[in-house]
Amino acid sequence: MKFFNFHLMPYAKVGLDEIAKNGSAWVTFSNSHYDPKQGAKLYHDYLDQMEFADQLGFDGVCLNEHHQTAYGMMPIPGVLAGALARSVKHANIAILGRALPLINNPLNIAEEYAMLDNLTRGRIIAGFVRGIGAEYHATGINPAYSQERFAEAHDLIVKAWTEPGPFEYSGKHYQFRYVNPWPRPYRTPHPPIWIPSQGSGSTIRWAAKMRYTYCQTLSPIADVAKFFQLYRDEAEKAGYEASPDQLAWSNTIYVGDTDKKAVQEARPHLEALVNYFLKMPTEMLLPPGYTDVASLKRVRSVKVTGKTKSIEELMAAGVVIVGSPETVREKLAEYQDLAGFNTSLTKTQFGTMPNEMARANMTAIAEEILPAFRDRPPQRAPKAAAE
Amino acid sequence: MGNFSTSVLAVRGCRIRLMRAGAGDPLVYLHGASGAAWLPFLQQLADKFDVIAPEHPGFGESDTPAWLDNIHDVAYFYLDLLEELKLEGVHLVGNSLGGFIAAELAVRNTQRLGSLTLAGSAGLHVPGVRQLDSFLVTDEQRLRQFFYDPKRAEAMIARVLDPNNEDTALRNQTTVAKLVWQPRSHDPNLHKWLHRIDVPTLLIWGDTDRMFPKEHAQAFQQAIPGAKLAMIPQCGHVPQIEKPDEFVAALETFLGARKKAA
Repeated sequence: MKFFNFHLMPYAKVGLDEIAKNGSAWVTFSNSHYDPKQGAKLYHDYLDQMEFADQLGFDGVCLNEHHQTAYGMMPIPGVLAGALARSVKHANIAILGRALPLINNPLNIAEEYAMLDNLTRGRIIAGFVRGIGAEYHATGINPAYSQERFAEAHDLIVKAWTEPGPFEYSGKHYQFRYVNPWPRPYRTPHPPIWIPSQGSGSTIRWAAKMRYTYCQTLSPIADVAKFFQLYRDEAEKAGYEASPDQLAWSNTIYVGDTDKKAVQEARPHLEALVNYFLKMPTEMLLPPGYTDVASLKRVRSVKVTGKTKSIEELMAAGVVIVGSPETVREKLAEYQDLAGFNTSLTKTQFGTMPNEMARANMTAIAEEILPAFRDRPPQRAPKAAAE
Repeated sequence: MGNFSTSVLAVRGCRIRLMRAGAGDPLVYLHGASGAAWLPFLQQLADKFDVIAPEHPGFGESDTPAWLDNIHDVAYFYLDLLEELKLEGVHLVGNSLGGFIAAELAVRNTQRLGSLTLAGSAGLHVPGVRQLDSFLVTDEQRLRQFFYDPKRAEAMIARVLDPNNEDTALRNQTTVAKLVWQPRSHDPNLHKWLHRIDVPTLLIWGDTDRMFPKEHAQAFQQAIPGAKLAMIPQCGHVPQIEKPDEFVAALETFLGARKKAA
């Protein structure tokens, strides 16, 4: 299994009671709560952690994109990928992902990924997402056109990477007299495209058809197993057998000396992540038109971001793995075999977790967990596992 | 509620639901973002007018045509509809989103209009005037904020948020987002062309409209030649629902309507 160090780069110095008072850390949470001196230190701590992950032997580091929030300080992830391109020597750098519909000129994203692919000599992974509902409040982009814009931007970017320019492009949402981006990607035909999602059926079907690596975000492992099985089924329909390498589970791992100590240490930071940083009203998460009526109804009824959860609940549902090295190895193996993935996108720092603690967790994962999984693919036949 | 007929009208292949009652000069009412309904004020108006209340494309039982992308599309659609029904001298009335559509229609072509009435209308941006973000409150909060007295919202909440109609409400909201998410509830070019409106125009506004505060009425009044303003006291965003008698009286006074001989 491959391990990526996934960073959300939260503004960890935030006052949690301030978030509670506002009801959310997103969009309406005033940036007057951001202290640039603290923020600058966090950026450097986090970038140091990414370089440390490379030195520890992680296979990759992951960045992502969110806007107007204390949840993550990466509105322009390419800036941070650029900062890491020369200091991360071996690991892949994945941006999971750029939110295509939010950008009025998708060629900027084609250019950005192509530059990064050149700078890293082929170590960039190009994630494409729609962005969560809150981004549409933050950027003003119309959520009712999110799916159309994603599809059109994707096609345009791939075409810009693969067909010699200049050519003309005229779509519904984007029009260009000249499509001729310099540089071209370092790799031919283009960097690998990964698709993170919360589990939308149409996204999974599309990713499988396109043979893009599918990344499942923060979900109970039983759901992850179902989503990955859907991907394998869809691959079969498309006439090929999906490899476990095409399936990536985005998780959170904390390793302590003992189970008890691990839970005790991780609790405040993990609960800060799910109960403060992630919380937002349904209207913010799901603006009208962001998804079809059936999906809207399903998600609205679950109120995913509204409930307060304890670390015990998150562990029991298999959203996170927290424990002694032995416990973490056992759980991870169990989940890998259940869901059939071969890439772990692991948050090692989360919520309010301070720098030293995050680095200790990374070290423990690198020393105690990585070696046991280095050459370990999912053990059971994936089909049987999910049945 | 009331005595009206419902039919399906196809306009260049787009089928919409049409409610109609009364006789007299044609009065076309364009509903707001909460959807179409035959409300008491329409029944009152049907005493004197041929009241025609279409359900917009993308709402309720009407089609969602592939061409429906923005407010201008709907304005052109209603120009086609007036032509299809061969209506002349139409009194065009719109509330909120419906007012926005009516204004966009009128700057394009007033040939078939006899008058224009905008009530609590969207369409303009007025710098410095605080508006509620209707997309960041719950459905119920939004409807309560429509009223001067939020307690008067019960009937509208029961109608619009009827759990049996959840699919319709969600579909309506998707269409609303298409039309007004960005630029938020206005067209930055509309103000440049409001001078083209050459039919008598009335603005009916609640003095406590929290969605489109009365400064919006004043902005319309400044831009539309000769526009009259009827401000209804202790009234919010939906005067036709919160103060139907005052609304109908203001409209009838403006139109100089006489009661039909009994």
